Amino acid sequence: MKRLAAQIVFLFLATAAVWAQEARPAADDPVLEQRVMALSQELRCLVCQNETLADSRADLANDLRNQIRQQMKAGKSDKEIVAFLTDRYGDFILYRPPVRPATYLLWFGPFLLMVGGLVFLFRHLKARRALISDAPLSDDERRRAEELLRGTATSPALVDRKTT
Amino acid sequence: MSKYGIPLAIFVVLLIFLAIGLGHDPHEVPSPLINKAAPAFQLPQLQDPAKSFSAADVRGKVWLLNVWATWCGPCREEHPVLVELARSGAVPIYGLDYKDVRDDALTLLSQEGNPYVLCASDADGRVAIDYGVYGVPETYLIDREGVIRFKQVGPLTSESVQKTILPLVKDLNK
Repeated sequence: MKRLAAQIVFLFLATAAVWAQEARPAADDPVLEQRVMALSQELRCLVCQNETLADSRADLANDLRNQIRQQMKAGKSDKEIVAFLTDRYGDFILYRPPVRPATYLLWFGPFLLMVGGLVFLFRHLKARRALISDAPLSDDERRRAEELLRGTATSPALVDRKTT
Repeated sequence: MSKYGIPLAIFVVLLIFLAIGLGHDPHEVPSPLINKAAPAFQLPQLQDPAKSFSAADVRGKVWLLNVWATWCGPCREEHPVLVELARSGAVPIYGLDYKDVRDDALTLLSQEGNPYVLCASDADGRVAIDYGVYGVPETYLIDREGVIRFKQVGPLTSESVQKTILPLVKDLNK
């Protein structure tokens, strides 16, 4: 029993040692590590595609994070590092695609759709308004309306409506 | 009729977009390196690590650079296709052994045949990053001037060799 306990304690210590070793780069320079993480949040892992480079556990993602870390240590700017990656992997690696002629539709398409929708709505409303006749009242109608307002209406239609 | 015509037309257009989208393989990411110079590298040779291999050594030839590894399943499937292509002598194949154990790679080549004129060891995968490799196998077709002309993501098959690689090689050798 004692031996088992000792083994378990040893196992815990051993795994803790492994973790400590893996975590070392972060402990080395937390500011740099934060920069690495911030940039890799913006980048797509090419293996998993729906994960960021920061979240992915793929081997390539790990290599690319290391690459980013090294280049940051070498004093490269975020922009230079992103250029390094897009030169090799294309715009696909960017979660935020750049604005350029090939992506105009992507960036401005929604606004185009909104403008199109507004034009459609405006024209639809205008067409509907034309359907509602705006003809002035005839003399007969005017007289009836005045009677109704005065409360002296004797129209059978009104009586009917009151009874129903 | 026109009351239903416009929504129907929009629906059909959406359907066409969806059909095109479904036809795309999201794992085939277009490479920005097509029609660009193949990145230079200098790596130890797999067979003889004392010697080095550089992309510049192959200048003047149309050649294939095949990125592979023994731990990669699809590479095993691809291997016989490469061996046969090498035997035909249509195009020289050079290998880039990606993040592999040297002994495993040598064993595989001696057992299953070695299609490579030369194979470079990319032990840490740094050169593969320069080539925009995001999975193995990948194969690059490089022309006489050292420009990448085609990239195959995933294993070559006898069909893709016949339909794509060989016609391109013929074209580039003109």
